[in-house]
Amino acid sequence: MFHSTHTFKKLAGLGLITAALFGCSGNETTKADTATATDTKTVAITAIVEHPALDAVRQGAIEELATAGFKEGENLTVNFQSAQGNQATAGQIAKQFAADNPNAIIAIATPSAQAVVAATSEIPVVFSAVTDPVEAKLVSKLEGSGANVTGASDALPLEPQVALIQEILPNVKNVGFVYSPGEVNSVVTLKALKAELAAKGINLVEAPAQKSSDIAMATQSLVGKVDVIYTSTDNNVINAYEALAQVAKEAKIPLISADPNTIERGAAVTLGVNYLDLGRETGKITARILKGEKAGDIPVYLAQSLELGVNAKNAADQGISIPKTVTDRASKVVQ
Amino acid sequence: MSMIAFFGALESGLIYALMALGVLISFRILDFPDLTADGSFPLGGAVAGIAIVSGFNPWVACLFGMLAGSAAGVITAWLNVKLGILHLLAGILVMTALYSINLRIMGAPNLSLLGEPTVFAPFIEDGNGFWVRVVVAGVVVLIAKLVLDWFFSTEMGLSMRATGSNLRMAQAQGINTSWIIIVGMAISNGLIALSGALFVQTQGGADISIGIGTIVIGLAAVIIGETVITAKKMFWVTLSVVVGAVLYKLFIQIALSSQTLRSIGFGPQDLNLVTALLVVIVLMLPKYRSRLMNAFGVKRKSDRITTD
Repeated sequence: MFHSTHTFKKLAGLGLITAALFGCSGNETTKADTATATDTKTVAITAIVEHPALDAVRQGAIEELATAGFKEGENLTVNFQSAQGNQATAGQIAKQFAADNPNAIIAIATPSAQAVVAATSEIPVVFSAVTDPVEAKLVSKLEGSGANVTGASDALPLEPQVALIQEILPNVKNVGFVYSPGEVNSVVTLKALKAELAAKGINLVEAPAQKSSDIAMATQSLVGKVDVIYTSTDNNVINAYEALAQVAKEAKIPLISADPNTIERGAAVTLGVNYLDLGRETGKITARILKGEKAGDIPVYLAQSLELGVNAKNAADQGISIPKTVTDRASKVVQ
Repeated sequence: MSMIAFFGALESGLIYALMALGVLISFRILDFPDLTADGSFPLGGAVAGIAIVSGFNPWVACLFGMLAGSAAGVITAWLNVKLGILHLLAGILVMTALYSINLRIMGAPNLSLLGEPTVFAPFIEDGNGFWVRVVVAGVVVLIAKLVLDWFFSTEMGLSMRATGSNLRMAQAQGINTSWIIIVGMAISNGLIALSGALFVQTQGGADISIGIGTIVIGLAAVIIGETVITAKKMFWVTLSVVVGAVLYKLFIQIALSSQTLRSIGFGPQDLNLVTALLVVIVLMLPKYRSRLMNAFGVKRKSDRITTD
């Protein structure tokens, strides 16, 4: 008896503090107020984690929305939340957004997109940087889902990638692939790449690494077995690209990457989706929805234009010279 | 914080309360620092997810997930009591192994459950999902809590408490402590996996990364609970853990939705920092309780509290 009164006192004290904090969050009605005054739209953006490619997507989307006439701070309110790499938080953010009832939600990367789609079937959802939206069951088909979801996919067309590898190394027999088995995008790419290479009679040697700290060891396991190392947009690999480049330089294995940003971080050649452009396409789709189109009528955008980059110094360090035909095509050349 | 966001935090908190109850058993009752949770939480999600996709009833899928979690707990306990591997290391080993096993079970790092049946779906109709999920999760937590309260009043439950508080004394009383630890760890990780199984059904899919940080949330929930409700009776102890888990999730929701925090310069990248600060405030409460009470003008009552 005595004990429980003690307990309730504590709860009461806690209640007061919580109430004080809740009070702080009480002024959220501004959105509705301004919406009636002018025609302000609200776009909520969430990403599973903050990292250069995903940040570029967000930046591109906001830029493109401004071009389409929705300027942040003028007639557009942007609410951005990052799940800080935590799935449980992604779920809470999704529910928070569903409650806020914005005009559209932009969800960046597969886990965040799934959480948002699970949380609302009414608010238009525009996903971005999702490699396989059909496999992730975000949309039933790419040509307009009919539901409240559409978006932009960063699925890498692998044919030009393989053609590039062959152009630089005509006698290539073994391609090494460093990736994390825990990243859905990388596993999807691995399967497709294996098939694509097999068709050309080239062997793929896998080097799985579960954490960024395993990248160097995984790369070392490829030394002596491969003619070239190819990397996709794997988060762990990108985070530890310098470690990978170090091993490649010492073992004289050329590095070809699908992330344009790695050209300054050790790759000899990069061919990949420009995430700022992907973000711009995401912004275009979002603007169409804000102007009244139904998300279900808009087909999913598939990344098409690939950016080619060449780093002559890295190539020399890794023991190859880049053919002039490649250098001439490159939009970015680092000497 | 809007009503729906509040219910979202409540739902998430209640689902994680099951996990926290599991952590309570290993850490507090058995005195077994168990890190298996980061693997058994996604294990429950993976097994339940695959079972649902294969056409099993979602409740049956949860049961499968729970059994898988129990098996993981048994292995951790077995490594410790039979092979003599340090409990911390045993947990880390099983957690590490489970990462690969979970990838095998799901067949990919991400398994979508969008559009699949869930335990919540039958009760949900136009727009009431936000509170229906809270009720369903709440009922599951209540059942788990009451079963645990009952279990710890049985002979085996009392033996488990004795084993955790004084291993040698328990052995001297003729308790088979190895067996008790194995059973306790099975129940603990079974609850953690059940939590994972329910979690993936609210999340739209299972992902290999959902386990990261599980043990941190579990410990936070147990410690916040202990701070808020100090008690020795099992009924209050299990309740405190549930309250702790819900509070922890509410803090995240406050950090997410507070406009004041935004206006004083906290951005989305500060989410973890703000959550940690909120938890620190709660943990400070008992120390500053009497001062707070004074400030609110309830001096005499606060005096009485400090003397108990």
